[in-house]
Amino acid sequence: MLKIPLFYEKKQLVTPGDLLAEGDYVSGDSTYIENGKIYANRLGLVDYDGKRVHVVALKAFYVPVPGDTVIGKVVETSPGGWAIDIKAPHLARLRASDVVERSFKPETTDLPSIFDVGDLIIANVVAYDRTRDPLLTVREPGLGKIVRGQLVEVTPTKIPRIIGRQGSMVGMIKRETGCQMTIGQNGLVLISGRSAEDEKLAIMALRKIEKESHTSGLTDRVTEMIKNEKKSLEDKKT
Amino acid sequence: MTSKKSEKLIDKKGIRLDGRKVDEMRPVKMQVGVLPNADGSAYLEQGRNKILVGVYGPKEAHPRHIAQQDRAVIQCRYHMAPFSVDERKSPAPSRRDVELSKVIREALEPAVFLEYYPRTSIQVYIEILQADGGTRCAGITTAALALADAGIPMRDLVVACAAGKAGGKIALDLMDTEDKVGEADVPVAFMPNLNAITLLQMDGNLSVDEFTTALDMALEGCKKLYAIQKEALKSKYESIEEAK
Amino acid sequence: MNTPIVINVKKKRITELLANGKRVDGRAPTEYRKLDVESGVIERAEGSARVHLGKTDVIVGVKVDTGKPFPDMPDKGVLTVNAELVPLASPAFEPGPPGEQAVELARVVDRGIRESKAIDLEKLCVESGKQVFVVFIDVYVLNHDGNLIDASAIAALAALINTKMFKYTVEDGEIVKKPGYTPLPVVNHPVAVTFAKIGNKLILDTGLDEEEVMDARLTMTMDKDGHICAMQKGGGSGYFTREEILEAAKIASEKTPELRKIVVKS
Repeated sequence: MLKIPLFYEKKQLVTPGDLLAEGDYVSGDSTYIENGKIYANRLGLVDYDGKRVHVVALKAFYVPVPGDTVIGKVVETSPGGWAIDIKAPHLARLRASDVVERSFKPETTDLPSIFDVGDLIIANVVAYDRTRDPLLTVREPGLGKIVRGQLVEVTPTKIPRIIGRQGSMVGMIKRETGCQMTIGQNGLVLISGRSAEDEKLAIMALRKIEKESHTSGLTDRVTEMIKNEKKSLEDKKT
Repeated sequence: MTSKKSEKLIDKKGIRLDGRKVDEMRPVKMQVGVLPNADGSAYLEQGRNKILVGVYGPKEAHPRHIAQQDRAVIQCRYHMAPFSVDERKSPAPSRRDVELSKVIREALEPAVFLEYYPRTSIQVYIEILQADGGTRCAGITTAALALADAGIPMRDLVVACAAGKAGGKIALDLMDTEDKVGEADVPVAFMPNLNAITLLQMDGNLSVDEFTTALDMALEGCKKLYAIQKEALKSKYESIEEAK
Repeated sequence: MNTPIVINVKKKRITELLANGKRVDGRAPTEYRKLDVESGVIERAEGSARVHLGKTDVIVGVKVDTGKPFPDMPDKGVLTVNAELVPLASPAFEPGPPGEQAVELARVVDRGIRESKAIDLEKLCVESGKQVFVVFIDVYVLNHDGNLIDASAIAALAALINTKMFKYTVEDGEIVKKPGYTPLPVVNHPVAVTFAKIGNKLILDTGLDEEEVMDARLTMTMDKDGHICAMQKGGGSGYFTREEILEAAKIASEKTPELRKIVVKS
């Protein structure tokens, strides 16, 4: 017996402790199961596909998943490597051996010259479980220190919406604003444009998506908003 | 057994000093997401009580020795602003503040999935900006909202309400005068969906029957507040729906 | 306080035994360990008592002094309770000012005495608004083997019953001692019983092992008329249902008179 309305285009807002389903169902994101009943454990919009009942949380902090690309800030350097703040409950670790040659000597390698406290990096999550801190790598192409751009923070649960189906949303923003965008699964988005105005447009788009992520027809509305903004900026110039 | 002073708390028509009936709660207002810096926050007014709660975390536990290997810890601080009461209160934590911080933490712990975030801490800061009796209950209700606002997974919201005996009658939601002069106070915190009582204290003098009546009255009050809590959480997002 | 790491096998064993109504030391669920109450152990204090509850060992000393009344209670003596979990009592206790556990212990013991009006505070008034007697109750835990609240409350009650104040007259607004003593006016005998919830069973008088695995605890203090004068839920991330609370109240009604007899007799 499902306890959500049966009209699918309207997603119902649920709060922690709300009973979502009972019986032969599977507990998905932001839900928990007890005595065969599935309850929400966060505020969000309930949805289900097949047997899986889940809640798209309106606000949730990032929990690292191996394979995710994240953007983080270096907060500590030590002989073994670096501690990175990726806005998760635990600090993430980047080992010196990940960056430097296999036979590196801690005494002669100047780790802060590679990444120093305050630097922003893009990295992939290699491992994370209950017994240890998240482990990062910068070995793959496209990863490493960030040298320019603006960092925007959004709620991590909105990232899928920002990317859009097969990248349609982020692709549109890049096209319309001419900005480069790097999206961290942990809710950090790096925007690098040709001008501050372009970057501002992209940021406006992100904020709109964040606010209205639960609505439909969003891609069109965001496209329209960017176009209107560009037009009014043009008009101001002339 | 009522003292002369206590009889004046309820008049012959059963009306209390602030115009309420014995089973009436003070008017309540709740708001979520009021502090930009905190990970989660909430504000509540109940009668003259004004409570603000900010939540940070889960984040690395500091100092290291407070961290638990298999779960998050909640660090809870109940604190009254010096101007919150009639006679200025020293900002230094009193023994009452220490006790309340502990029981409030223990009232919230059963609700949070602490085991999901080992070695971290969740900081709950409860600031009583103005006090008029029942602040530990109001603090718990507000803290639960702030935890939910922070996106911290919870089994249920925790809601709290007190009942007591004043002017010889069992009454709901005692304000400060009634608590000081009255015969008993029973604060209760509750997770309605799980039928779980997570805070229970009592001081005063009650027969077991009177206590049972007070407990049930407090639980009814909790259920009413719970509906308001859910609305407060939802309303922040529902207003966006309407604006579209 | 350091939370000890609980041995999982131990927790399992305790829970399994309890499911069959048994406890690790063979006691019944509501059975108390051997209770020894010894009064008058510290001669320099106005009153004192030492309680052994199983291996839990608590001393309470009562000192009576003169002082100013509270402005809003000018005709009443002053009662204050403090508790110390001294480091020698347990590897879990550290030196320093009272932490939350000690503060809670003191306040729960205080509540029982204060709300039951165990001490007739009006009889402690020397001069209204100016001078009253101040009763200092200090709880000193010497060995922690579980159930500190009940042991401390019993010791405090026994110490109060044991307390003698000097006789006096008032001359020129000054208190002048006279020979002889008078007992502290103790008119009610509050007794605390603390329940622990393990699984969904309620037990009384937890040993240290049981405390380490309990989900939550609930203390109920009753006076000699069977009225509840204090209650405190604490000790864990667990909860109680309404039915469990009412069941506890019923058990407390039966248990507190039994314990009271032991204290008052000593």
